Amino acid sequence: MTAETAHAHDHDHRPSLYDWKRWVYSTNHKDIGTMYLIFAIIAGLIGGALSGLIRWELAEPGVQVFAEGSAITAWLQMDSAHGYNVAVTMHGLIMIFFMVMPAMIGGFGNWFVPLMIGAPDMAFPRMNNISFWLLPASFGLALLSMMVPGNGDFNGFGGGWTLYAPLSTSTTHHGGPSMDLLILSLHIAGASSILGAINFITTIFNMRAPGMTMHRMPLFVWSILVTVWLLVLSLPVLAGALTMLLTDRNFGTQFFEAAGGGDPVMYQHLFWFFGHPEVYILILPGFGMVSQIVSTFSKKPVFGYLGMAYAMVSIGVIGFVVWAHHMYTVGMGLDLEAYFIAATMVIAVPTGIKIFSWIATMWGGSLDFKVPMLWAIGFIFLFTVGGVTGVVLANSGIDTALHDTYYVVAHFHYVLSLGAVFAIFAGFFYWIPKMSGYRYNGFLAGLQFWVMFIGVNIIFFPQHFLGLQGMPRRYVDYPAAFEYWNYISSVGYAITAFGVLIFLVTLAEMFIVKRKAGDNPWGEGATTLEWTLSSPPPFHQFNELPVIKPDTHH
Amino acid sequence: MAHGEVKHDYHLVNPSPWPFTASIGAFVAAVGFVVSQKGLVADANNFFFGEGQWALFWIGMIILIATCVGWWSDVIKESKAGDHTPVVDIGLRYGMILFIASEVMFFVAWFWVFFEMTIFHGNRADWVVPTWDATTAAAWANWPPPAVETFDPFHLPLINTLILLLSGTTVTWAHHAMQTGDRNGARNGLILTVLLGVVFAWVQFAVEYPAAGFAFGNTEDITNANVYGASFFMATGFHGFHVIIGTIFLAICLLRVIAGQMTPQKHFGLEAAAWYWHFVDVVWLFLFTFVYVMPYLTMQG
Repeated sequence: MTAETAHAHDHDHRPSLYDWKRWVYSTNHKDIGTMYLIFAIIAGLIGGALSGLIRWELAEPGVQVFAEGSAITAWLQMDSAHGYNVAVTMHGLIMIFFMVMPAMIGGFGNWFVPLMIGAPDMAFPRMNNISFWLLPASFGLALLSMMVPGNGDFNGFGGGWTLYAPLSTSTTHHGGPSMDLLILSLHIAGASSILGAINFITTIFNMRAPGMTMHRMPLFVWSILVTVWLLVLSLPVLAGALTMLLTDRNFGTQFFEAAGGGDPVMYQHLFWFFGHPEVYILILPGFGMVSQIVSTFSKKPVFGYLGMAYAMVSIGVIGFVVWAHHMYTVGMGLDLEAYFIAATMVIAVPTGIKIFSWIATMWGGSLDFKVPMLWAIGFIFLFTVGGVTGVVLANSGIDTALHDTYYVVAHFHYVLSLGAVFAIFAGFFYWIPKMSGYRYNGFLAGLQFWVMFIGVNIIFFPQHFLGLQGMPRRYVDYPAAFEYWNYISSVGYAITAFGVLIFLVTLAEMFIVKRKAGDNPWGEGATTLEWTLSSPPPFHQFNELPVIKPDTHH
Repeated sequence: MAHGEVKHDYHLVNPSPWPFTASIGAFVAAVGFVVSQKGLVADANNFFFGEGQWALFWIGMIILIATCVGWWSDVIKESKAGDHTPVVDIGLRYGMILFIASEVMFFVAWFWVFFEMTIFHGNRADWVVPTWDATTAAAWANWPPPAVETFDPFHLPLINTLILLLSGTTVTWAHHAMQTGDRNGARNGLILTVLLGVVFAWVQFAVEYPAAGFAFGNTEDITNANVYGASFFMATGFHGFHVIIGTIFLAICLLRVIAGQMTPQKHFGLEAAAWYWHFVDVVWLFLFTFVYVMPYLTMQG
């Protein structure tokens, strides 16, 4: 077998873990993937801490945590209602741009796209590293933005992750340097993602091993392919919108200033033309990972492989023509609303294909409830809940009542926090034995799953009730009528935070105890190419390219 | 690096400092830009962080430019070393096409603004904006707004269109000459293309822009229609910026042709520059049609 001969030669050439140049100068897709994953974990902890401040504040009515002079927030210089808005804004931006995207695309994509298609590395290994290294620069600007004046003397930008004009362009409300830093932060994050996307498309189109036709690619590779196409086509439009914000703020243009003949709603169009594909960017790699995992632990090829692949393609295509369903309340014409309702509902079809195909894959399979499978099944269940509330919100009549309420917050956290994040954990526990070479403690990892499964549901399920009762998003305080479910939701946060702690302990335990994983810890169900390599794989794999035969499972 | 047993033609690139220096440069330039506009400390005389100080921005830009020079020099060295095998060459082609695709989407944003203004100005006339009087509101019933004096598209803009189309033919000449091994032809075609690019940029930025009958920034006069000037200058300005980038790209190719680095079999740098040039060309045709000609003709009506 080619892989063994390759790694027998190659172990000698792996640089030391403590050689700084190995990481800073890296042109190795696995090392870069590892840096992405570590970056995502750090950003996730910071973003998670911000959401902790939010839930702590909302545990009871009145302003406590963000009250002036309150211990922790005073230390962060966030002890104001504006500080609360900054926490909400930055929680969203950090989780999207610095946690989910780096973990899924940068981390797992970098690690496993080349391995799964039988390629020795990415197409542009050096450009791969700039995609990573621009992220700390971008993240640094975002954190700096929290520490400099935004709204008068208050630090940070508090206008929400969508950066809506005219709040984001208002000199009276956000005249400070904070918003400008945030704009440039997102510009750089965008450049990073565009370069990464170009790299992935070229790799997948040009570097598939002999016999690895497009229709034999593992579904994870398909999911990354669709995702990065969305990135290439949507992010530049965001770059244009951000540039307009920048010139409106600094050079006297009035693109989004009604008083000067501009149109704030146009910002929303430009933003959501990017923003809607972006939410599919966050979830599609998760679809891919869940497909691999469900197939592995059912010991069956995935049901309806081609349908699954093209369902993702159609989700990607339709994702570009539904953006205004985020804007039902801006006063667009009814005909336009009707179109966007219909187009949005259509997405439920390919999504339904995916959900039912995962279930059909498990049907009659020899199920093995290992930790990744727990997360994957959790994903399927909870993502379906979020999808169903999404269909509810797709109707502009209902959305007019629920817009900007906690129902929306509950919906997108079910698809992201309980969907994308569950998929990331599924992928992490599926692949960490391959990446590190070690097995984790199954009890600890399983415990983390159950604690977090219970925790996140307690956070977000009650938020549906709060939204239906009319509680709006992005407010530091609320009337006593909303107290009961808010308290429950905050208890859920505490449980979830404990789950994250178990995750960190599991990680530490794994690296301390060092149980050897072996090439393929999952057995015959794991049929993709990465399992034919050693764990961890050789520094440069596939020096002799593998040849894929027609009967290979996906 | 892997040793002799490698049995594929892919390019495993050596470790490189440039991605990291690019990151440092981008961070410093971004902070420097914000410093120049807003300042990060109260004291405006602070050389690095005071409002209006450009030092940090230029430090960042110098790091970025040095990174570009170092990085692309390495690419040329690798090309000479034979790392760009046929399969790697195909990869480079995919990369350039996708980069241009992302650039197209960037211009979509600016055209989007322009079309929004062009098509839906009537809706804005119905808005109740407290600072608008009847004249201002009425101004929005027309596009471009009455106070705006548009360019005559069949004057300088048409000349520029012809210049750019001509440069499209000269770059094709250079490419075909290169393919048939006529290095002098390639050189002459490129010299003409670069010259035409410079002339275009000069006409646009030095001759046309100062003569504009509308403003870019806020002139306090709402009827002067800031948004027309803003969308015009940002769309055509970004195009002009791309012309300059493309001209530099072609000039580098010219130097490489003169240095004998390109052969009839292997000259992807030149092809990529030509693709980029044609992209800039096509964007201009859209700008000419929709930003220059269409408003002008509707004004006549």
